[in-house]
Amino acid sequence: MFQNLSERLEGALKVIKGKHKITEINVAEAVKDVRKALVEADVNYKIAKEITERIKEKALGQKILIAVEPYQLMIKIVEDELAQLMGGQKADLMLTGSPAVVLMAGLQGSGKTTFSAKLANQIKRQGRQVLLVACDVYRPAAIEQLKTLALQIGVDVYSEPENNNPVAIAQNAIQYAKANHKNVVIVDTAGRLAVDEEMMNEIEKIKKAINPCEILFVVDSMTGQDAVNTAKAFNERLDFTGVVLTKLDGDTRGGAALSIRAVVEKPIKFIGTSEKIDGIDVFHPDRMARRILNMGDVVGLVEKA
Amino acid sequence: EKTKTNFFSKLGKAIAGKSKVDEEVLDELENILISADVGVQTTLKIIERLEERVKRDKYLNTEELDKILREEIMALLQENKSADLADFEIPKLNHPYVIMVVGVNGVGKTTTIGKLAAQYHLKGKKVVLGAADTFRAAAVEQLKIWGERVGVPVIELGMGKEPSSVVFEAAKKASEMQADVLIIDTAGRLHNKLHLMNELAKMKKTIQKFIPDAPHEVLLVLDGSTGQNAVMQAREFTKTTDVTALAITKLDGTAKGGVVIGISDEFKIPVKYIGVGEKIEDLQVFNRAEFVDSLFKKN
Ligand SMILES: Nc1nc2c(ncn2[C@@H]2O[C@H](COP(=O)(O)OP(=O)(O)OP(=O)(O)O)[C@@H](O)[C@H]2O)c(=O)[nH]1
Ligand SMILES: Nc1nc2c(ncn2[C@@H]2O[C@H](COP(=O)(O)OP(=O)(O)OP(=O)(O)O)[C@@H](O)[C@H]2O)c(=O)[nH]1
Ligand SMILES: [Mg+2]
Ligand SMILES: [Mg+2]
Repeated sequence: MFQNLSERLEGALKVIKGKHKITEINVAEAVKDVRKALVEADVNYKIAKEITERIKEKALGQKILIAVEPYQLMIKIVEDELAQLMGGQKADLMLTGSPAVVLMAGLQGSGKTTFSAKLANQIKRQGRQVLLVACDVYRPAAIEQLKTLALQIGVDVYSEPENNNPVAIAQNAIQYAKANHKNVVIVDTAGRLAVDEEMMNEIEKIKKAINPCEILFVVDSMTGQDAVNTAKAFNERLDFTGVVLTKLDGDTRGGAALSIRAVVEKPIKFIGTSEKIDGIDVFHPDRMARRILNMGDVVGLVEKA
Repeated sequence: EKTKTNFFSKLGKAIAGKSKVDEEVLDELENILISADVGVQTTLKIIERLEERVKRDKYLNTEELDKILREEIMALLQENKSADLADFEIPKLNHPYVIMVVGVNGVGKTTTIGKLAAQYHLKGKKVVLGAADTFRAAAVEQLKIWGERVGVPVIELGMGKEPSSVVFEAAKKASEMQADVLIIDTAGRLHNKLHLMNELAKMKKTIQKFIPDAPHEVLLVLDGSTGQNAVMQAREFTKTTDVTALAITKLDGTAKGGVVIGISDEFKIPVKYIGVGEKIEDLQVFNRAEFVDSLFKKN
């Protein structure tokens, strides 16, 4: 399917290639295929439509640029547009307050627990005292999982195996952090569906109880069209401060990133790039834009031409 | 019920007074299918087939269109050939029926195994679980908790052990215990990681050393909220392990899991189970008609 994608893009760009003027007709055709490519990369179909409309306008607005081949111009327009849509530049984690509290939220299996440990490790290396908090009281062996990861990186875990109230655990953890000179507290929570009223209320309560400076929405980069619904719902309840895109070591095009950014206008702050503790990286919008469009191939195309 | 009101009322408006499926109708249909993760290619295929049928059958009203549409989508979903196994049944063998569960990270393999074990256990089968995910933090512990919940034994060698040795041990123990079914949990792995995929092939060979016709079933678990990448997952896992059935999880959320239509069609693999929650009873046998209905249900 992805081979087809680059073939299709090649086809789309061929329409423009060699033509020295961007006309209404060849742009419309190219844009239609770019839209298909975006949808196949899991960009939400409505957003793909909006984006390609804008791209069309831009392309038509730059009618005569004799020095550049129109198709190269088109590639540049698409790529820039996507990168800009994803925030343009990287956004840093803002750790304020003492302790600074980071709350994780997201669907089941998105990678919250793994990312909590990765982030803890990174912050610890900057010389800060980190505390991980186990607020998932539902998933079998959730506490054990966090403890195992914490042990690998030498970070303390606050947990209350007998307590099934995550709000209380989170509150107690902050007290513990204060008493034990922890600068940064990272709170791992259970996976939840956006339509699960009870669970969404719970995480809202956790937020109120601990007043986090960062709330990170952790999302699997393989997510499809539903990414917008979920991101919107979590954002409405939590007003999160950033997004973490996990499992980018796979071969997904990751169009969900674009969709999420477009609907919630919150920066993507980190990416997960492996199962291991050091599989954490900052997010680069330009690279992501190229990935979504399979630009590697397209750039190759331009060189071939 | 809701299904019809939502999609077909819109569609109805679009086709009111028309004698054929026009652009407007097809656009609406395309939007619905794409937003259910059906994917561009499969959506086009469905629309093409629909147009052909309409040409041939000369449909005129929404009800007929509804029927044709359903039929066409259902035709893409493979029939579960092992119909006798549909309701959590297992054939009687003189050795354990081995199910190997595979998939990418976090899709719900371990949970699905717990739920499946519960179903077989309820049916009076002797179930044994094999803890061959020795990699992910607390993976063995997680399966053991499921084993306790269901009341079935878990064969494990602890964390960090060679998965193939666990598989061997599990096959051996399950045989000795005269178990009816052995379900093997494997670590989540991205399908583009060659060494991890090879490890699966090796595990399969190891089971065969002990039970030659095993695994009787290779269940690929797909997360229902996954987009088009699921196609790649199906392709690679099929290549290395000859996947025999699919399970789609997390369909209790707002994602529709439409990507399985194309997968089932392309790789000729039936969907066998769906996961609809995190609890022990939240596993259902896949029903094509209900699934197609849910595609048109508004969230
Ligand atoms: N390849 C890869 N795997 C990842 C990455 N992040 C997490 N995982 C894996 O994804 C699976 C799920 O990760 P968890 O951290 O348990 O996810 P979670 O969101 O805490 O899950 P729940 O608590 O059940 O909701 C595990 O197998 C992790 O090893 C990543 O960036 N790349
Ligand atoms: N809502 C919902 N959650 C599910 C379903 N199936 C599994 N989960 C949740 O998804 C998360 C991951 O499930 P696991 O069974 O650990 O997934 P896995 O594939 O074994 O993960 P790894 O072994 O880390 O690759 C857990 O929080 C489960 O409770 C389902 O059908 N619906
Ligand atoms: Mg977790
Ligand atoms: Mg597992």
